Amino acid sequence: MKKILVLSLLAVFGVYLAEVLFKIDFGHQFFLNGVKDFYLTASPDKLKVANVVTSIVVNFRGFDTLGEVTVLFLATTAMSSILYKGRHKLGERAVLFSSSRIVMTGSKLLFPAIILLGVYVFVHGHLTPGGGFQGGVIIATGFLLMLLSYQDYQVSHVVLSVVESLAGITFASIGLIGLLNGGTFLHNFLHTGVLNNLLSGGVIPIIYIAVGFKVGAELTGLIYTALNEKD
Amino acid sequence: MEFKLFDLSIVEYAFFVTSVLIILIGLYAALVKKTLIKIVIGLSILDAGINLLLISIGYLKAGTAPIFSPALVKNMPLTLENIKKLSEGMVDPVPQALVLTAIVIGFGVTAVALSLVIRLYRHHHTLNIDEIKNLKW
Amino acid sequence: MTGAAVYSVVQRDLLYAVIGTGVISLILSILFLFLQAPDVALTEAAIGVALTTIIFIITIRNTVRYEEDSNRHSKPASK
Repeated sequence: MKKILVLSLLAVFGVYLAEVLFKIDFGHQFFLNGVKDFYLTASPDKLKVANVVTSIVVNFRGFDTLGEVTVLFLATTAMSSILYKGRHKLGERAVLFSSSRIVMTGSKLLFPAIILLGVYVFVHGHLTPGGGFQGGVIIATGFLLMLLSYQDYQVSHVVLSVVESLAGITFASIGLIGLLNGGTFLHNFLHTGVLNNLLSGGVIPIIYIAVGFKVGAELTGLIYTALNEKD
Repeated sequence: MEFKLFDLSIVEYAFFVTSVLIILIGLYAALVKKTLIKIVIGLSILDAGINLLLISIGYLKAGTAPIFSPALVKNMPLTLENIKKLSEGMVDPVPQALVLTAIVIGFGVTAVALSLVIRLYRHHHTLNIDEIKNLKW
Repeated sequence: MTGAAVYSVVQRDLLYAVIGTGVISLILSILFLFLQAPDVALTEAAIGVALTTIIFIITIRNTVRYEEDSNRHSKPASK
């Protein structure tokens, strides 16, 4: 009975969604209010940032990104406080089977390469696709590989929280310096350089590197908390 | 109701059709299923569908990615007119930035939801929402 | 992609269903690449395929694997 009700509800919802969507011309410009043109011209012209998505995320809507990073931090904190069950002993991670020597050696070999890829992705975030979030997630994936293959691999919570706090402080203080210099939060106060150089875009690469460290530390802590979970 | 479903070439709208179908499948799983993990899976499918919908609204036919790469700029002097001319053929960057945010936030929400699931299982020793009496509505 | 979504909703083994959501994320990131959104494709590939799947798998390891199991465990809710 409930299934029929839900299915009819979904049918009505789908028909209305389709009716709205078929009015949109696929492949033609839909948002005509000029926001796109402003971002696309101001990003290479004023900020000298090649990747327009990066300049939107970090500079034009940088305050949103600060909020987003805060939400991730809150998710990590909430997860560890929900799952808190008294202090667990170190190295008491529940691993179903111990991994073989090949897996251990291979992941030890791959780990620096993954970290290097993550750092490359967030350092070049203003030139190529990628950026702080992607790079941070790739770094967290590298730590995940190590945590899965080594039974007694430890990540220090102190180091993680120090890195995370320093990155957060960097982000917020760059924004505040911009507020003092130019009158708006995250105002770009450095010299912007030449388009498509590595050292271009003023404060944008610095902020994205900070975001990369912060996201990497947060996600590593989240995975570590979840993996230490044991019935 | 005057939308003409069969006049249009359906291939053009394949992205919209796929995203609507995925949104509906995710909603169905979240509404009907009884297992808590299945509900969270349904929510993450719903998330994926909405992201695809937003990106495909911002798509421009034969457009390029919104990146002024050296291959695109070539040796053109970057005057305002040249930038305007290049940006005519670029897809909309605003939905991309929004979806970038939405994916990361969606992961955070999923992580918190799953930790709540673990906590509920530890307390009630079941994942069936009918047996967890506190959640009845 | 729709097939993977249907599979992961219908499948009663939760581990297979989670792998189905991973496949959805993979196809979704390829579609993002076709739609000229490389940034979003990179994010979706990293988060959707790797991290979401691993979090789901950790949850399944700490709870039950099969959907039917939750019916059989008809223990009265203790406290």
